Amino acid sequence: MNIVARLAWRNLWRHRRRTWLTVGAMVFSNTLLVFMISMQFGMYDLMIDNTLKVFTGHMQVQAPGYKDDQKMRQTVPDIVPLAGRLRAEFPTEKIAARGWAFALASSEERSYGVGIFGVEPEYEPQVSSIPGLIAEGRYLQQSDAPEIVIGAVLARNLRVGIGDELTLLGSGRDGSFAAAVATVVGIFESGVPDVDRSFAQMPIVAFQDVFFMEGAGHQVVISAPTLEEAERILPDIDAALPSDEGLVMHDWDALQPGLKQAIKADMSSAFFMYGILVVLVAFSVLNTQLMSVLERTHEFGIVMSLGLKPGQLGRLVMLETAMLGLIGFVLGAIGGVIVTSYFSANGLSIPGMEEMAANFNLPPRIYFQATPWTMAIGPFVVFVFTLLAAVYPALRLHKLHPVEAMRVN
Amino acid sequence: MTAVRCVDLCKTYRQGDEDIKALDHVSIDIEEAGFVCLSAPSGGGKTTLLNAIGGLDMPDSGEVWVADRRIDQMSKGELAELRLSSIGFVFQAYNLIPVLTARENIEFVMQVQGVPAKQRAEQSLAILEEVGLSGLEDRRPAEMSGGQQQRVAVARAIVSRPALVLADEPTANLDSKTSDELMTLFTELNRHHNTTFVIATHDQRVMRYAKRLVRMLDGRIVDDIAQDAA
Repeated sequence: MNIVARLAWRNLWRHRRRTWLTVGAMVFSNTLLVFMISMQFGMYDLMIDNTLKVFTGHMQVQAPGYKDDQKMRQTVPDIVPLAGRLRAEFPTEKIAARGWAFALASSEERSYGVGIFGVEPEYEPQVSSIPGLIAEGRYLQQSDAPEIVIGAVLARNLRVGIGDELTLLGSGRDGSFAAAVATVVGIFESGVPDVDRSFAQMPIVAFQDVFFMEGAGHQVVISAPTLEEAERILPDIDAALPSDEGLVMHDWDALQPGLKQAIKADMSSAFFMYGILVVLVAFSVLNTQLMSVLERTHEFGIVMSLGLKPGQLGRLVMLETAMLGLIGFVLGAIGGVIVTSYFSANGLSIPGMEEMAANFNLPPRIYFQATPWTMAIGPFVVFVFTLLAAVYPALRLHKLHPVEAMRVN
Repeated sequence: MTAVRCVDLCKTYRQGDEDIKALDHVSIDIEEAGFVCLSAPSGGGKTTLLNAIGGLDMPDSGEVWVADRRIDQMSKGELAELRLSSIGFVFQAYNLIPVLTARENIEFVMQVQGVPAKQRAEQSLAILEEVGLSGLEDRRPAEMSGGQQQRVAVARAIVSRPALVLADEPTANLDSKTSDELMTLFTELNRHHNTTFVIATHDQRVMRYAKRLVRMLDGRIVDDIAQDAA
């Protein structure tokens, strides 16, 4: 270590308590930032995962234009065989075919409009949490059985229970009149009133028969093990689609645009709070370095008389601050990594969360996102602001006059 | 050849409501290898003159020349360069950097000068031996006596062999024995290396070593005499 670096290092420890207090503030804020950012991004992952698990999946294959204007005739042909082929080609992904139609569902006493999904009973539980939310009865079992599962609110409104029959009236794919009778075999309770009020599911083959789909459907839903895997596999699945039918792939962002906006809004407010924390730390460093410079005014006068330029003294102060910041960075990052690694492996459960998650058939714990980015960005920003905080004390040295400085005791 | 030339220097300080004339039309030439003592009672202007010669303080009017370069018109950076390369300072209060050892205090200036590490080490150990501090190179200022600290300060001032050494009351905090040793060292450097010394003092013992004695009073030179050095 050269003498200037040695001088900077030793200057740091002239007032050990003050230095440790400043380092302590930096370590605390760095650890907190790593903890908060890792938890925040873990929560986003959970939020995305939970939202997509309910129904949407990580991506969907659809007919062009279907996403923005859901018309019956915009279909994916031979959807069940297509889903089967994709399942064979991408065995690690969860894939299921769906059709969708609007119908008037009538019981003996009442009628309500309802969105009916034709689903593959065997594979739908892999891409949606709704089959796991059956509160009464059972989920669908056979692809061609005239069965239906409905939401709890709809069941209440229609005044039907397990074993009752519903009459479905709607329009077929070709615009013809569609009608069927289906037996209620299950009632699900998602906890989301809109879903429980307006959705129903029936086996896809039965659905295709009722609505004259001729083997077609509207969505092939794909769920990957992770978001990253979903992003990675999307082009491969896209390439595996029949090229002559003009089918399109939509990722989760396109399917749930509000989700990303909600995350962005949350991120903005969170980063505003982090900004306040960083500025507070920067002021603490500014205070330390300014005091350090002021109490060494006489000494600075001496070294200026020896031939040091103000710029060289400024660099010395910046070097001291960089060392201070580096200690805070390293210790804070280590603290953050330890805490984050623990919660990344074991997850964090907020009181009441496990019970709520069980109700929604969702994972009960937040698993922190432990990536180099989440663990380094906070301490790095603190380090940069620490350096910025030293600019003012360093610039003050440019105004220093050797004789006047040496008069200061 | 002239090492220092001051022409009609004036400097006024404001102290409360009063203007103090620290330099009042001072002119002086100091030859190379000169050994000059500036003697004055407190407030007589000797430190102000020393600071003006060293480029630490600017006169209100007049000219200051060091090694044939006019310094009163130089920028801060040029003055710093000049001090680094050509002028050594010794202060009354030693003014060593407390967190550095004796050797590091000496090497610090050389590092700023860009002297390579190996040469720095050799020169610093040699100069410490020259000032009689061999074996104390790893001590910090707080672990040394006043005399030892002043020797380190002198070593720091002369290690780069500056042409001019300016000393402000260098013996004020030293006992008579140490003062004599220090002045002997100055004299030797003056003789062997032709270093020009300008020493501000009111210590009669120090004045005995000077080849030239300049007396000041109220910012003016009142007496300028050559003498046989001790």
